[in-house]
Amino acid sequence: MSKAPHISIKGLSVSFKSRTGTVNALNNISLDIAPGSFFTIVGPSGCGKTTLLKVLSGVLQPSGGEVLFDGVAIDKNKVQGQVGYVFQRSLLLPWRNALDNVMLTMEVARRDMSRADREREARHWLKIAGLEGFEKRFPHELSGGMQQRVSICRALAFRPKVLLMDEPFAALDEITRETLQEELLRLWMQTETTVVFITHSIPEALLLSEQIAVMSARPGRVLERIEVPFPRPREEATRELPEFGAMAGHVRGLLRHREPVAATAQ
Amino acid sequence: MYRVGVTVGQILVFLLFFAIWEGIVDFFHIKPVILPPPSRIAEVMWEQRALLLTNTWPTFVAISLGFIYAVVTGFVIAVGIAYSRIVRELTYPFLVTAQILPKIAFAPLFLIWFGFGLTPKIVIAALIAFFPVVINTAKGLSSVDSELLQYMDSLGASGWEKFTKISLPWAMPYFFAALKISITLAIVGAVVGEFVAAGEGLGYIINASNISLDTELMFAAIVAMSLLGIVLFLVIVAAERLFVNGVEENGGVQATM
Repeated sequence: MSKAPHISIKGLSVSFKSRTGTVNALNNISLDIAPGSFFTIVGPSGCGKTTLLKVLSGVLQPSGGEVLFDGVAIDKNKVQGQVGYVFQRSLLLPWRNALDNVMLTMEVARRDMSRADREREARHWLKIAGLEGFEKRFPHELSGGMQQRVSICRALAFRPKVLLMDEPFAALDEITRETLQEELLRLWMQTETTVVFITHSIPEALLLSEQIAVMSARPGRVLERIEVPFPRPREEATRELPEFGAMAGHVRGLLRHREPVAATAQ
Repeated sequence: MYRVGVTVGQILVFLLFFAIWEGIVDFFHIKPVILPPPSRIAEVMWEQRALLLTNTWPTFVAISLGFIYAVVTGFVIAVGIAYSRIVRELTYPFLVTAQILPKIAFAPLFLIWFGFGLTPKIVIAALIAFFPVVINTAKGLSSVDSELLQYMDSLGASGWEKFTKISLPWAMPYFFAALKISITLAIVGAVVGEFVAAGEGLGYIINASNISLDTELMFAAIVAMSLLGIVLFLVIVAAERLFVNGVEENGGVQATM
């Protein structure tokens, strides 16, 4: 298993050219993410969270600043194949069954594995995600929550050093979301992967993470970093703790106060 | 149970069609030279089975070769259109315009250019079967979810891997929708080719029996032609079942013609 890197983001800025002029998606972001930790970024829609993940996955080049993995600046070729990705949409291949979908990442990023090894690994992940017996089902035969589980298995199966998750549970109903949050924690504990998770759900951020960065609306800046102290394993009861509610209130206050300011600035 | 009922009903619609046909011919005493009854067509098909079978072969060859040429060139050009902006921008208006042209109208010209026989038939069949393949396949290849391609990039996939693992299977439903249209067009093309420039084939039989007012034989040849068309269509459907997985309910398939 590959060791998770210490991620440092230094003075990162990203701007796009659009028809109406230059859009600053991210403005001078600096963050440190400990190896193997669960790090969540909370912010309003359009604060550049997704842009940050695209830079981390090497798909997008920043216009300023840099990202270091273990002190080495990442470039496209180095980071590719080391980073898993889960999106809001499951983005499964409709022509592949669950098992073959999970195997996709290994086919591309782990060419050294034999087909039999890939299949064994994929079955292993589907099993711990509670999808045993559904290996041969096609995506359209699975519920939304099951599709997203397959998508998480696909991202974890090739043992990435970093797992990027872009609002992976936003499209699911409340009950499914809570189940999957707990399941994700269970899956993550079996890996040494660093998770960088994006959400606009405050309870979700608090339940899952060790650290939270609260971001402002566009151009995205880090308003505050918060350590989340609740002991693991976190479950149903964690949501009921009084400290949980207090912390959620604090984050909500941060987001509430900053949003109108950013809106008038545009 | 419902499915079985529907299937029986569907067969009954066919039978009803032939029964009404038979009844009308019988009731109004329509002469066989105008409209022979289905029972008589079946008899003629049996009597003339040797003639019909020997003439099915050249038609089958013309359709198949025309279709294969159309599919291969159409696919290659579609890949060019999907992957090269310059190819797309230069060729697309021409292709869309050419698709609208009545290509059948060129058939007599092909007799002058390619002479009598197999070549003009193949050319016409290929020419009209070609456009749906290009346009549909190009549409399929260029409609690939861009997030999916970015996902492949984040895994470090090569261009070839993105093509074979994502774009190609993504475009398959579009491709097969095009093949189903193209095979029927190739049949039309081959028959028209046989009308104007052939001494054998089912199209030639239809044309020759028309001139000699042998309407019964003409209908027999049309039915043989239709059966050949249905068989070829079913071959494509079977290939689609084999190559296109789990996408039936995904929608997204649109046929252009």
